[in-house]
Amino acid sequence: MRLSYTKALNRALTDALAEDPAVCVFGEDIGAGMAGPTLNLLDRFGPGRIVDTPLSEQAFTSMAIGAALTGRRPVIEFQIPSLLFLVFEQLVNQAHKFSLMTGGQANVPLTCLVPGSGSRDGWAGQHSDHPYSLFAHAGMKTVVPATPTDAYGLLRSAIADPDPVVVFAPAGALPVRETVTWELSPIPLGSARIHREGADVTVVAVGHLVHDALAVAEELAPEVSVEVFDPRTLYPFDWTALAASLERTGRLVVVDDSNRSCGIGGEIVATAAEELRLIAPPRRITRPDGAVLPFAPALDRALQPNRDQLRDAVRAVMKHRPTSSREDRGR
Amino acid sequence: MTGLPGSADLGSPAGRYRMLRLIRGFEELALGLVKSGEITGGIHPYIGQEAVAVGVCAALRPQDRITSTHRGHGHVLAKGADPSRLLAELLGRTGGLNRGRGGSMHAADFSLGILGANGMVGAGGAIAVGAAWSARQAGEDRVAVAFFGDGALNQGVLLESFNLAAMWRLPVLFVCENNGYATTLPAATAVAGSATGRAAAFGIPAVEVDGMDAEAVRAAAAEAVARSAAGGGPGFLECRTYRFEGHHTMERLMKLRYRTPEEVADWRGLDPLPRAAALLPPGLAERLDASVAQQLAAARQFALDSELPSVEGALDHLYADGLRPRAGSGA
Ligand SMILES: Cc1ncc(C[n+]2csc(CCOP(=O)(O)OP(=O)(O)O)c2C)c(N)n1
Ligand SMILES: [Mg+2]
Repeated sequence: MRLSYTKALNRALTDALAEDPAVCVFGEDIGAGMAGPTLNLLDRFGPGRIVDTPLSEQAFTSMAIGAALTGRRPVIEFQIPSLLFLVFEQLVNQAHKFSLMTGGQANVPLTCLVPGSGSRDGWAGQHSDHPYSLFAHAGMKTVVPATPTDAYGLLRSAIADPDPVVVFAPAGALPVRETVTWELSPIPLGSARIHREGADVTVVAVGHLVHDALAVAEELAPEVSVEVFDPRTLYPFDWTALAASLERTGRLVVVDDSNRSCGIGGEIVATAAEELRLIAPPRRITRPDGAVLPFAPALDRALQPNRDQLRDAVRAVMKHRPTSSREDRGR
Repeated sequence: MTGLPGSADLGSPAGRYRMLRLIRGFEELALGLVKSGEITGGIHPYIGQEAVAVGVCAALRPQDRITSTHRGHGHVLAKGADPSRLLAELLGRTGGLNRGRGGSMHAADFSLGILGANGMVGAGGAIAVGAAWSARQAGEDRVAVAFFGDGALNQGVLLESFNLAAMWRLPVLFVCENNGYATTLPAATAVAGSATGRAAAFGIPAVEVDGMDAEAVRAAAAEAVARSAAGGGPGFLECRTYRFEGHHTMERLMKLRYRTPEEVADWRGLDPLPRAAALLPPGLAERLDASVAQQLAAARQFALDSELPSVEGALDHLYADGLRPRAGSGA
């Protein structure tokens, strides 16, 4: 079966709705299935479960939280990533805090889905953010699938999860298609995936950048053996898997489509420096600090992490000649 | 000299007709450039709604200010922006209104009181209230106009700003362009009560006007602007109108069926251009059409000749004090 990323999200929603009558979906233009993941859901499940909402994001997000507190398992589809800024209060200050603040009386099984996060070429300043790091920072479960199979499996787990989860489908990953010969099934949150094994450098790539990392790994194969590590879930992060990878390679490059300051890339590098095995200073490739993507296509692209930067970073960490005796440990 | 009115001259029926034609022609030109791939990211075409922008801006004085929306080309042109520079902006060129940094959804010309198109529904409405407040504090005779759609009527921030504007009797005119739909969602299934009823509930004088008739819109706007300028507080116009094209150029690639071909045809029958042309002496509309065609041909040439911005300047203007952020590669 040929599976597109969007179709995978659509199947995950369909299967979750079919399996559990508590699941329902809120969002704009979902009756028409405009963004893709909600295509045909209204016909199949009816307006009691597929709720096409007016442009009242703060109200319908709060409403979904209220429904989640009282037995439903809502999914909200957000048409554009910046809508998350609009509902930051609802998600971070309400949904995320209810469980602790009520002493465990209540929890919020809410899933937020953003199909098309990050730059979409020419959508300019207010439509090109990729704000997953903000949610990882706040401590909300944060998922960024890179492939159709992972999109299916992680969205299923997000919906089944007892806590609020934000699922970012990167615009750059939406064109990815897979030939799927296996049964699609839930993939647990918090487990990383190694897309390609390698011995010299671990490249941690987030979301669509996994595909760039794979291309660079292939290209550099004659000179360096690159391991491509996809965390899949940014919070909680699979530190155990990263530790194991760095035991093998000892070198780390992170490629992350966040603004540099306080992005998830910084957290990964810091944790590796504090706790994991490194034989060379780590590097990260990100958007610049405080980036606002300009409209002009070349400028938009210039501020996103790219393959040239990744290639240079991999070569740079390889140049470093370790003096530490720790290197011997892994070899 | 041709003896014909210029592009920003809205004082006569001929000038208003010319602007209707200019906006229509501009949008048709832009649609072509989207199709050919020269404009990246697409546009939200204003075709069909021209009488609203022209009627309202005909009632404004040069010192008055406007905020606009994602569907903003008509407002920006009617307030006097140079079509050459707007087109250059849509093409991401340095000669654009925003130096190619904003694109269609952020086009602005502060020298003309155009505080910007806006990518977030409802956002400009509240910003106009701030512009009205600051003009009053400064003792200046300026009115601020907020253009927004029927979809924005369901944004909490807009309703909150109705309250502030009314409480503080601010010189702001809220212009709701009710084109019947927010993307695929019919206003009839999204807006409880009525648009004018919402404004009236805050004590804001609210009138409904035929948004396909530039003269009717101008008359209603002129009355509201005069009252606001004289200290009478905010006003509200609901302009009933229709967009002839899809919500966004992307829609041409989708099979969406949220309105019938008959409905579109009925509204096309109310096209504001022939109605405005009928008020002119015989032959004048054709001469104005020809002069607009010439102006747009020159605009196209200017825009395509304008330089692309250089990548080194991708973060120019990010901070007003020139602060240079760290690059994403750490270099
Ligand atoms: C706050 C917000 N919600 C959703 C969107 C996505 N979006 C862009 S335009 C639009 C529809 C707007 O409808 P309306 O206000 O009626 O304006 P129209 O497009 O009809 O001119 C939507 C949902 C957005 N940009 N901002
Ligand atoms: Mg509308």
